Amino acid sequence: MITELEKFKGFSAKNLPKEEVLAPGHRACQGCGEVLALRMVMKALGKDVIVCNATGCMEIITSPFPQTSWQVPWIHIAFENAASVASGIESARKVLMRKGRIPKRHVDILAVGGDGATGDIGLNWISGAMERGHDFLYVCLDNEAYMNTGVQRSGCTPYGAMTTTSPPGKKSFGQVTWKKNIPAIMAAHEIPYVATASPAYFLDLMNKVKKAALVEGPAYVHIYSPCPTGWGSAGERSVEFAKLAVETRIFPLYEVIEGRYVISRKITKPKPVADYFKGQRRFRHLSEEHLSFIQAKVDEEYARLVKLAEAT
Amino acid sequence: MGKRVGIEVSIAIADAVKLARADVIAAYPITPQTHIVEHLSEIVANGELDAEFITVESEHAAMSCCCGSSAAGARTYTATSSQGLALMSEILYHPGPMRLPIVMTVANRALAAPISIWNDHQDIMAQRDIGWIQTFAENGQEAVDLTLHAFRVAEDRKVSLPMIVNIDGFTLSHVIEPIVIPDQEEVDAYLPAFKPRVRLDVKKPVTMGPVGIPEVYTEAKMAHNEAIKASKRVILQGWKEFAEIFGREYNPVETYRSEDAEVLLVTMGSISETAMSAVDAMRDKGASVGLVRIRLWRPFPGPEFRKAAGKASVLAVIDRCLPPGAVCGPVGAELRSLFYKMPGAPKIFSFVAGLGGRDVTVERFEEIVDKARAYAKKRPTELYEVIGVREI
Ligand SMILES: Cc1ncc(C[n+]2csc(CCOP(=O)(O)OP(=O)(O)O)c2C)c(N)n1
Ligand code: SF4
Ligand SMILES: [Mg+2]
Repeated sequence: MITELEKFKGFSAKNLPKEEVLAPGHRACQGCGEVLALRMVMKALGKDVIVCNATGCMEIITSPFPQTSWQVPWIHIAFENAASVASGIESARKVLMRKGRIPKRHVDILAVGGDGATGDIGLNWISGAMERGHDFLYVCLDNEAYMNTGVQRSGCTPYGAMTTTSPPGKKSFGQVTWKKNIPAIMAAHEIPYVATASPAYFLDLMNKVKKAALVEGPAYVHIYSPCPTGWGSAGERSVEFAKLAVETRIFPLYEVIEGRYVISRKITKPKPVADYFKGQRRFRHLSEEHLSFIQAKVDEEYARLVKLAEAT
Repeated sequence: MGKRVGIEVSIAIADAVKLARADVIAAYPITPQTHIVEHLSEIVANGELDAEFITVESEHAAMSCCCGSSAAGARTYTATSSQGLALMSEILYHPGPMRLPIVMTVANRALAAPISIWNDHQDIMAQRDIGWIQTFAENGQEAVDLTLHAFRVAEDRKVSLPMIVNIDGFTLSHVIEPIVIPDQEEVDAYLPAFKPRVRLDVKKPVTMGPVGIPEVYTEAKMAHNEAIKASKRVILQGWKEFAEIFGREYNPVETYRSEDAEVLLVTMGSISETAMSAVDAMRDKGASVGLVRIRLWRPFPGPEFRKAAGKASVLAVIDRCLPPGAVCGPVGAELRSLFYKMPGAPKIFSFVAGLGGRDVTVERFEEIVDKARAYAKKRPTELYEVIGVREI
């Protein structure tokens, strides 16, 4: 067990930080699950943190100059390189502290990006930073498409989903590829901590983010983030969908601690995936056959995860 | 007083970065820049320089790391060439407006296709408008001196801009030259510690790199432009103090036997040394020829150049870059704009030469001067000519 994690008592309803590190008044859509998740991330991290934001919805809605939602130092350079910017900051702080030019003090470094920034265009940059072992955490806010540019498909867009670049038509049923498994790719870097989280389970989410910050070296948290605008779902149902994704086993919650898989919430009596699909316009066109194919694949993947947890 | 030694220019540049006490270096190998970062790795590995060397996975990541490092308040250095510079391109536009002083050596090299490791200026000319201060070194000593000068200027609080020192790939990077390596005390006296006005600090949170809505974008661009124009004063001051401490003088443009010259060659970088020999040879034959060398490319030293050009009636500009389909090469175009409709302006012709490592000999310079003279009498159809093309 990693010693930093042993001491961590965890957040509970009683000790939830009151402070809003990400100030309200930002420009996210109503019911945005991504900004909800980000707010929880920042609550968990507190104010001793430097944030490197990739281009995307969260960067845009929080930083229209001269306004900012950020109560902590924050930097945005480009779409794909938040992990490299974080690497530069971490290295700079290390050497400046060593040389006595800045006070010795631990500051968390958070790189945050969407699923596009993380799993598609930025994969190289993140891989490099993970491999070099910088002490930082990377949080992916996965809303399953490029939302900022108007809902185009990404590698994390689920099978069958309609986006503006995976439209269903006479010769297509929407997204033809299965969701890319970014947490597995991160775990393959053999970094100390990888986790998946959901804003529907906010204590679990905050605890995982805090753990990711506490471990020495790189850590990764992949957060499922409903997007009513991109999914064609009702804003007030975002948390419900986040919950359903877990209860149907579509988005299982787990940790990979030093290579050991631990399922955070075992789903013994899963709800049918069809429950989750209802109420999201992006899946409206799917047939029964599509749904049963998806159900089978979801079951198969969950079984694999259980095996991984048993084996490690 | 420093020590004069015979040393490879790349190694000497790495030594200059060490003397500058760089905090963070993030770099990726590419010929002909590699010797610089290899040597820096060695210096860091054996403890001669207390720095973090980030062994990035690409040049794009190198420049991204540099942005983060500089924003965190560290003295930051990188080096690259050609394809590497092109890969960085997206990120090169950030540190200027964000006022992040980063120093970079570009060992100039041709751009593919066809892939070529040899020297010309196409890599840097493709990045002309990134909003960095840019100088061009003629020889190894200058490469070392301009590197120290770059840290001094870039990090000055009045400037706070990134800076590139261009050195010609191979013809400078890989040659051994006699170079005075300055003493540490002299460098320390010249180069104060980096104290940025703002940095990423949890005690004083700032938002860096926000969205620029139409109401502020123009102003942000304007502020950057004003900053780079205003940096000239600090650049000159930096050279003045350099001369006082190290005894070597630098100016935005240099001239060689240009007094009363009728035709002036205009060059940038190491090719100027051959150009000087060519001027000598032509002067020996009685020709009225001189040379103007541009050291400071951005901000462009307009008044200094006009003064250096004096009363010459013809400028034969050497462009080490061929922008396909353009009116003429970038240096030629810059000078044409500078002199446009000025009373007594010289006639300006651009000669594209020395692409992809092609040698430009003394004889070639003579040919260029002859052609420029002829074109001044009879206007050519094009404003530029590619020199030394082989008949196949
Ligand atoms: C190099 C580059 N390519 C494309 C873009 C355009 N772009 C900006 S944000 C974005 C999509 C962001 O998607 P994601 O990372 O999933 O974040 P989201 O907006 O969904 O939160 C794209 C394609 C860009 N800014 N830079
Ligand atoms: S488009 Fe989606 S992710 Fe972006 S702000 Fe709106 S709800 Fe949030
Ligand atoms: Mg997204």
